[in-house]
Amino acid sequence: MTGRMRTTLLLAPAGTWFLVMLLLPLTVVLIFSFGERAPAGGVVPAFTFEQYANLPARWTAFKNTLTLAPVGTLASLLIAYPLAYFLAVKASPKWKTILLVLVIVPFWTSILIRSYAWIFLLGGRGIPALLEWVGIEGVRLINTPFAVLVGIIYGYLPLMVFPIYVSLDRLDKRLLEASSDLGATRWNTFRQITLPLSIPGIATGCMLVFILLMGEFLIPALLGGGKVFFVGNALVDLFLQSRNWAYGSAVAVTLVIVMLITVTVYMRLINRLGATREDVSIM
Amino acid sequence: MNVGGYRTGEAAVGKTVIAELRNVSKRFGDVVAARDLNLSIGEGEFLSFLGPSGCGKTTALRILAGFEAPSEGEVLLDGEVVNSLEAHRRPVNMVFQHYALFPHMTVAQNIGYGLRQQRPRLAKATIAEKVGKALDVVRLSDFEDRRIWEMSGGQQQRVALARAIVNEPKLLLLDEPMAALDRKLRKEMQIELQNLQRKLGITFVLVTHDQEEALSMSDRICIMRAGRIVQIGAPQDLYDRPNSRYVAGFVGSSNFFDGEIIGQNGALVSVRLADGRVVEGTPTGTLSRDQNVCISVRPEQMKLTRKADGVAVEVRNRIFLGEHTEYLVASETLGEFLVLSPRQSELNDGPFEAGDKLFVNWEANSALVLDRN
Repeated sequence: MTGRMRTTLLLAPAGTWFLVMLLLPLTVVLIFSFGERAPAGGVVPAFTFEQYANLPARWTAFKNTLTLAPVGTLASLLIAYPLAYFLAVKASPKWKTILLVLVIVPFWTSILIRSYAWIFLLGGRGIPALLEWVGIEGVRLINTPFAVLVGIIYGYLPLMVFPIYVSLDRLDKRLLEASSDLGATRWNTFRQITLPLSIPGIATGCMLVFILLMGEFLIPALLGGGKVFFVGNALVDLFLQSRNWAYGSAVAVTLVIVMLITVTVYMRLINRLGATREDVSIM
Repeated sequence: MNVGGYRTGEAAVGKTVIAELRNVSKRFGDVVAARDLNLSIGEGEFLSFLGPSGCGKTTALRILAGFEAPSEGEVLLDGEVVNSLEAHRRPVNMVFQHYALFPHMTVAQNIGYGLRQQRPRLAKATIAEKVGKALDVVRLSDFEDRRIWEMSGGQQQRVALARAIVNEPKLLLLDEPMAALDRKLRKEMQIELQNLQRKLGITFVLVTHDQEEALSMSDRICIMRAGRIVQIGAPQDLYDRPNSRYVAGFVGSSNFFDGEIIGQNGALVSVRLADGRVVEGTPTGTLSRDQNVCISVRPEQMKLTRKADGVAVEVRNRIFLGEHTEYLVASETLGEFLVLSPRQSELNDGPFEAGDKLFVNWEANSALVLDRN
């Protein structure tokens, strides 16, 4: 068997999957997006930009997604980094495994059930009731952007913790000793050695969380209560409720394009940071 | 009895003491890594810690660097106790075993790292100038913008060296710096390191398990065993006057014959060997009559001859080494041992072959009487 044949064979399953499950449907969606809504729902083939012209009607969904996805990613990062740092650097080997398992434990229960739990916690009889009891009244948490943010951080934290943990765990501890030996204080060692060398983990974690958040619909649906909705919720609505496939397709295509643009810009930024991170660390 | 006054670890005469260990011990849980270390290091000296792995030499170095605090005793730098002074505040720099270069920085950025930590800040131009000089010293001037992974092992080592010396430390600590280099490169680096030390006048403290490395580079060697300092001295002193069988076996190679002291004859003592033969030797360390001792004779101090003079042996093996020939000989009563014959004696007496029945003798003053441990 030639090397080329072997490569082809190895790639065949994934390639087929990619073609049938991703490219083909995406093409269909793209074609639909230029179509018109059939009277009974579904789509009538056409070539019109009418659906795209209607996009501003769904602006709020895009606005919510494009604020809460980056904000959620950043908030997850800020919470995950110290946790990952503790797990990788400070935790004793004995505790490390247990603590790591604890980080994954929430995954053993469905996100749906866990989000329901948050509905209760943030709802009238949950935290607001507790606050009322200590004298703080009129706090509304459920169905606010804050509730969605809480749900996002809660649901996506492990995805952020693990890549950062891995990059910090791999970090050669002798580099930290070398830095200290050369006169750097702990903070400066962190700033100039630990942080720059954990950038790959940060980049991976942010990418993972951000991409998944852009397509999120469950958390806003449950904790946003129709008031804080994402593009994902708009899509569910358009395809399943109003059965406006053409318009739904246009929204979906736009989301994919927006995602591609943000991810490309993000990758560029990370690569630039990677290439010049020494300069950054010297500042 | 003191051997040449070195046992106490006094810095070589006429040198200012720059660093000192006083009764330093280090325990990790139940494990004692270093016991009661006493040592003075003189300014500009090249001192080596020599011993097998686990003997405490690296612990001693890490205590000097400030990575470990001693459990007991005092560490002094420039006359001041620095036990609780953190590593980043000590005027001491280290070349790590696997260099520990920062992979996300260029060669020049690695070398300038220590300078950039100084407060008040140094001017950028000053840093650039010092880095340039350091690059010059280690002959890497054209490599300043290279990435670490683009450098060979030998080059990486020079970067590590430059990164340390650029800070003009009071002590430069080297933790098995040659361990990762191949044999040829190691030889080159040894010479380079020695030249560098003379040129810069910085005090070098080297940790190694390679006796050849320690012997060829050091002003003094501190031999360690199981957390203790066994003997400190100049390479020749350790070679000529080891204070124990351990040191004699560790520094160079030697033949040992067990025996017991039966008398004294001036500066020499008489020892009865296992076969009843009585030989004389120079006593070292504290010895007493009837003590179980061993006689140590270096292979090159033994003479192989056809004349019936000395211990009767049979040649088992002959290895021609050029200037010398190494013979493995066996005596019925003393067992097998090594004799190193100069080329000339072989030319005079004719080559000895395996199976030849010969005699081995040595001068009484080249035989050392040592404690058996």
